[in-house]
Amino acid sequence: MSQGVDVIGLYVRDQDEALAFYVEKLGFRVHTDVKNGNYRWLTVQHPDQPSFQLGLFVPGPPVHDAATAETLHAVVAKGAMPPLVLAVDDCQASYEQMSARGVEFTQEPVKRYGSVDAGFRDPSGNGWKMIEARR
Amino acid sequence: MEVLDPALLRRLLRAKDRMDAASHEDWPVRRLARVSNVSEAHFARSFKQAFGVPPHRYLLTRRIERATALLRDTDRSITEIAFETGWRSLGTFGRTFRDVTGENPGAVRERARASAPSLARVPACHVSAAHRPHLTTAVSEKRRHGPDDMIPSHQQED
Repeated sequence: MSQGVDVIGLYVRDQDEALAFYVEKLGFRVHTDVKNGNYRWLTVQHPDQPSFQLGLFVPGPPVHDAATAETLHAVVAKGAMPPLVLAVDDCQASYEQMSARGVEFTQEPVKRYGSVDAGFRDPSGNGWKMIEARR
Repeated sequence: MEVLDPALLRRLLRAKDRMDAASHEDWPVRRLARVSNVSEAHFARSFKQAFGVPPHRYLLTRRIERATALLRDTDRSITEIAFETGWRSLGTFGRTFRDVTGENPGAVRERARASAPSLARVPACHVSAAHRPHLTTAVSEKRRHGPDDMIPSHQQED
């Protein structure tokens, strides 16, 4: 496939912290990590999904002025960014594995009409739903 | 208005998440302040500044939201729902429910069932069935009054 969504970015408060979280706790891989002065283009990938990159970006210069960056940091920390969904084969098993690695769960696995979902946040405050689809 | 430090906001979010996860539990300021690692004196004011409502009000809203869903989706009695969503008295539940939604729990249940008869989990057939006789009675009466049961009355008038 040559057309489609390639990268979607998240705002995070600290790229090193986010990298450690997505790689060590969630099992993602680093796709690109390039620095240019203050700017760092950092993307990670789910191991089963080579066509998609999740960007981990910090609000701030040179892209944002100080006031805008401050607002974006606040919005992320308040958990007000849009929802994210991680598809898994076994929600309960992933929950146990990720909990053991210290992921902050906001909701334990719940069964709803055959699917199972749980909720967690990354260190910055971005909220994820983890869903095991009905089979 | 002063912008709160993102690190504080992140900790306040944790308190909000905990209320979301267990809104039926008691969440005195002391407990919430501990989750957020903030002094009790600062917690309520900071929470309101961050999320627009005082923590207690936020909790009540979440409880009412959950109670509304249970009224709609289950057969449990209003009393059971009140206790399940965290109230200690039915009176407080009813008062708060009216205060937040402007309606009584019973009215919300009736309306939800009447307006969503297709929801399989809702035994709405009872409600809609109760309305059906009025319709059939009216139609059959109209027909009975007409000279011919097979011909609708408006054609007779033409």
